[in-house]
Amino acid sequence: MDTVAEQTLLKKGAEASLYLADWHGRKVVVKVRIPKKYRPAALDEQIRSYRTVHEPQLIHEAKAAGVPTPLIYMVNVPEASITMEYVEGQQIKQLLNKVPQQKRQELCVKIGELIGKLHRQGLIHGDLTTSNMILSPEGKIYFVDFGLGEKNIELEAQGVDLHLMKRALQSTHYQFWEEYFKGVLCGYSSILGSEATEKIYEKIMEIERRGRYVEERKQ
Amino acid sequence: MYPLKNVESMKNMPKKQRKDKTYCLGIESTADDFGVGIASFTGEILANKSDSYIPAEGGIHPREAARHHAEVADKVLNDALSAAGVKPRDLSVIAFSQGPGLGPCLRTGATVARALASYLNIPLVGVNHSVAHIEIGKLKTGVVDPVTLYASGGNTMVTAFESGRYRVFGETLDIALGNCLDVFAREAGLKHKKGLPLGAAVERLATEGKNLVSLPYVVKGMDLSLSGLLTATTALLHRGSCRLEDLCYSLQENAFSMVTEVTERALAHTEKEEVLLTGGVAANKRLQSMLSVIAQEHDARFNVVPLEFATDNGAMIAWTGVLAYRHGLVTPLEESFVKLRWRVDKVDVPWIQ
Repeated sequence: MDTVAEQTLLKKGAEASLYLADWHGRKVVVKVRIPKKYRPAALDEQIRSYRTVHEPQLIHEAKAAGVPTPLIYMVNVPEASITMEYVEGQQIKQLLNKVPQQKRQELCVKIGELIGKLHRQGLIHGDLTTSNMILSPEGKIYFVDFGLGEKNIELEAQGVDLHLMKRALQSTHYQFWEEYFKGVLCGYSSILGSEATEKIYEKIMEIERRGRYVEERKQ
Repeated sequence: MYPLKNVESMKNMPKKQRKDKTYCLGIESTADDFGVGIASFTGEILANKSDSYIPAEGGIHPREAARHHAEVADKVLNDALSAAGVKPRDLSVIAFSQGPGLGPCLRTGATVARALASYLNIPLVGVNHSVAHIEIGKLKTGVVDPVTLYASGGNTMVTAFESGRYRVFGETLDIALGNCLDVFAREAGLKHKKGLPLGAAVERLATEGKNLVSLPYVVKGMDLSLSGLLTATTALLHRGSCRLEDLCYSLQENAFSMVTEVTERALAHTEKEEVLLTGGVAANKRLQSMLSVIAQEHDARFNVVPLEFATDNGAMIAWTGVLAYRHGLVTPLEESFVKLRWRVDKVDVPWIQ
């Protein structure tokens, strides 16, 4: 990280701090997973280094799968930091409720397509929320924060991934979440086909029934 | 809960009673505790009595627990009324926990509540158990708008108020935190200490643990999964290669780190300024210390609900009944069936601005 001069704190998240910096003339984001004092040092180190190693791998594979992600410049495991491209644009979370209905629909379908592309390649994002998606000025949606992701081709993992997307929509966009989620599934199905989408929808329902105190669950 | 269609009962009440001497009696019976609490409309808790069903072996048997509740109901009711110095005729409303919980237990509490309300001819208010945990926590600690971690034998969820409801920001995808600890304790042959959940035995042994054993750590987005952790820890226990103290320690460190991580994410996401810990597992000192660390890091105040009001109790139902009733919500008799899987985010809470 010694090559990165002049850092300004962009965002202090729950898990990591994001710094804006200049790296060899490029505008970069340095994501540093800060040690968590609440958990034992050994466990903390294990979790942070695991996520620091796996996140760039997944970001790279996502790109290969056709999902826009930031370029990775450098990974520093002992410091648990990742230096990556700064993506210009706006978080989907901030603009989704503000744009006209047709644009909303378009964005959700696009998001669904991208999730479909990830799943088609056996990639699980692990934290699909609208704050982890950035709309660039040229209209591309970037997926960021693969820290909780994994490589998994099982229907179960894909179902949980989409279930989390649904939950995120319900908690942050509760007025329109149904419309949004429908759009996401529509985009998903354009990549994976309606049969696979129906299967995954069934899976999501099953996962939700497994949760505690869900109305739909059989007694 | 439904809007009050008929406000007769309130109108016909003598003025004095309406103002100063209005009391709500709350009945809690979602699981192993049968509790009765009495709250005044101004937020005083005048009584909070309960009697717990303690199984001879194994976990809670719903039918046996319900039988226990039916047997102790009149005793607990009388205890609460005499502790509060309130006569049944002084009560203005009866609240009961309508769900979520174990069917037979809920039905027993609901039956007592219906009988009382019909006999006294006063309104009935069905209360959501999870909402009640949050509301009594707010009343007792003075927090206003917290991120709440509610962790008990049956629930593990992180909630915060947003647009008319308590929204769930994270929760367990399978078993609850208290359940995880209890089952492990039972597998390890640990015994109940009177008045304490089995999980408390795990906490005691964990303080003597030194070596952190590698166990699954499963956080998925804002949610977490504990069943794999329980299975792995139990498997190591039966293999006999690890000290029980180390297993208790490692189980707690992993499980609590997971819920703390999820709570911190909700805190960062909502940018609230208060963290509230409630539910039976709130008594655990290690969990308290982890949460106080994240609260501090996000400049939030950390509050633990006093144990009497953190475990299942009647006072929380009574107080939430007051809040609902004051906002014109009552439950007609024909709508008072219990709701076994009534999620907290399905309930409107109009008393919060």
